[in-house]
Amino acid sequence: MNIIKNRKIFYSISLAIIIVGLIMMVAKGLNYGIDFTGGTSIQIKIGKMVTVEEIREIIDEYDNSASVVHVGNNKDEIIIKSSKDFDNEEINGIVDKFVEKYDIETKEFQSEKFVATMGDEIKKKALLSSFIAAVGMLVYITWRFEFKFAIAAIIALIHDVLITLSIYAIFGIPANNSFIAAILTILGYSINDTIVIFDRIREETRLNPRHSLEKLINDSVKKSLTRTINTSITTLAAVVILYIVGVEDVKVLALPLIFGIISGTYSSLFIASPIWYALKNREGFKTKKA
Amino acid sequence: MNMKKTLLFILIIAIVGLASYTALYGIEMGKVKITKVRDSIDLGLDLAGGVYVILEAETDLQGAELQRAMDQTIMVINKRVDGLGVAEPSIVKESSKRIRVELAGIGNPQEAIDIIGKTAQLQFIDPKGNEVLSGKNVKNSEARFQQTEFGDKPVVALEFDKEGSKKFADATTELAGKENVGERIIYIMLDGDIISSPIVEEPIKDGKGVISGEFTVEEANNLANLIRAGALPVEMKALQSRVIGPTLGLKAFEKSIKAGGIAILFIFLFMLIFYRVPGLTANIGLTIYVLIVVYSMKYLGVKLTLPGIAGLILSIGMAVDANVLIFERIKEEIRNGKSIRASIDHGFKRALTSVLDSNITTLIAGFVLYYFGIGPIKGFGVTLILGIIASMITSVFITKYLLKLTVEISNTKNTKLYGV
Repeated sequence: MNIIKNRKIFYSISLAIIIVGLIMMVAKGLNYGIDFTGGTSIQIKIGKMVTVEEIREIIDEYDNSASVVHVGNNKDEIIIKSSKDFDNEEINGIVDKFVEKYDIETKEFQSEKFVATMGDEIKKKALLSSFIAAVGMLVYITWRFEFKFAIAAIIALIHDVLITLSIYAIFGIPANNSFIAAILTILGYSINDTIVIFDRIREETRLNPRHSLEKLINDSVKKSLTRTINTSITTLAAVVILYIVGVEDVKVLALPLIFGIISGTYSSLFIASPIWYALKNREGFKTKKA
Repeated sequence: MNMKKTLLFILIIAIVGLASYTALYGIEMGKVKITKVRDSIDLGLDLAGGVYVILEAETDLQGAELQRAMDQTIMVINKRVDGLGVAEPSIVKESSKRIRVELAGIGNPQEAIDIIGKTAQLQFIDPKGNEVLSGKNVKNSEARFQQTEFGDKPVVALEFDKEGSKKFADATTELAGKENVGERIIYIMLDGDIISSPIVEEPIKDGKGVISGEFTVEEANNLANLIRAGALPVEMKALQSRVIGPTLGLKAFEKSIKAGGIAILFIFLFMLIFYRVPGLTANIGLTIYVLIVVYSMKYLGVKLTLPGIAGLILSIGMAVDANVLIFERIKEEIRNGKSIRASIDHGFKRALTSVLDSNITTLIAGFVLYYFGIGPIKGFGVTLILGIIASMITSVFITKYLLKLTVEISNTKNTKLYGV
């Protein structure tokens, strides 16, 4: 396995996904959840599958552009999403109408509403927290390793964020509050992976100062490979199980994590080190004495 | 075989087993009763069901005036929530203009949101049932002492705004002229309850009324507070609200617990098959890890939320990482021809820097999540932080100790047992 030699292939795979994602983002935009756009979401368990037309009869009175989605194992739950910011009376009215029409005994429901201005605030906070996290990591890695490792690690992180955003755009996953948690978790996971490999490179460089940079990187990745794969398997397993077993709210958090963990593993193995290599090569590689 | 070490190893397994059993099912022996964790840990409202509202004051007030208005609003909401019988309501000021209300485990969350959201609740009603004025006309109300022939008596002094003064003057002029005492009463109602029913003695034209009666100082103070508080000084708008029906929260909880159980089982099997003896020690370490995280959440009073559980399950997946790193290093050392015992020492030592560096960088993300996160995201951050710290402790100290113990017990040269 020669990571450095094949690096252009790895770059291309990532670029392809990101370009498709960006095109989708420009074409139809991210599927922002109501916490970003403002609006109301009501989830009700009806207890049986009900056609969208029937649901429309109730909903159209309040908002005829509201969307209706069936969820749950038997498709017996519905989620109504409206871009309107309903007041409590209206929400109660809708829930009560369903309860009455379908004789719902256990009131399994939830509702959520956000006014539009909250979205900008959340976006700002998300950007700010990602930025602060990145700066914190940059400082720490520079202190423990060197600045070029830090830059390479951050580029790998930006790669992961772009890939995750692309996945959101391509599959139309609703980007809501947990979207920020997902992105930050992916950052945390990916940086963890990257640092383990960088740590190995640091060690190999010390042990074999005469080896070429290319060989050092390839050896380090090879030696970290089993660990990287095993950790990814256990973490992925946990998240996939969450996705399969969990309720709707957990699913929207777990899905991006699945792709994010794959992307994080990929970038640690195939993106971070080659970028460091490229950065190093620009200055002309000088082996350090241990 | 080393008997003493074997016994020690078995003892550790027994203790960890007992602790996990207690955490899962609770235990009752004579007077000692430990409830199971899932009953004693605080659930966030997405699991317990409940209401979450962020209210923003629609006002141009600023500085000290705004602060006073907000404090009053919180007082009113507190009073209203008291009536709902919620165990641990949380009503906090989130920013200078915002209040966050969280009521977990409430039976009828929709009704609750209605009650919290209502604005002007204080009314002055004449005997015919007409509203004389409402809470928004009350400028101030405070307890005072008034000189009477029986000495200084506590009274409640009222002050109305311009509009209120006019209305109050008209009403009192009309009522004071009535013969019958019963027709001269002004009922002061808060949220539909009569809190005071003073009799009008004479027309009050300057907008400053006094309610006298056989008050103690405390009673006068309370009434004054109620009247003042009932007058919601500002209109509150719900920026964001979330209502979770009680059964839905429970379902989410059950499903997440199930997911966690399956995930742990999978990871246990994976570690055991892939790493054998070290895998077993890692699994014991992992069990301790879960116990540490769950109990520290309990004692730190961290509320368990849905994203929190997700974070916890994710962290179990990641907690294995430190072990995997170390075991791979040990395998490498064994392959290089070192003895198992020496390999364990070297493996731990060489893996330590990467365990530390990689986890500290992740911790940075965790802290940022915690400090800048909103609502449930904060919960996710907390579990992530707790998870990382607990995983470092268990893998670096506990697993290492157990692993060394296994070598001392068997003294085996069979490297297959160590996954090589």
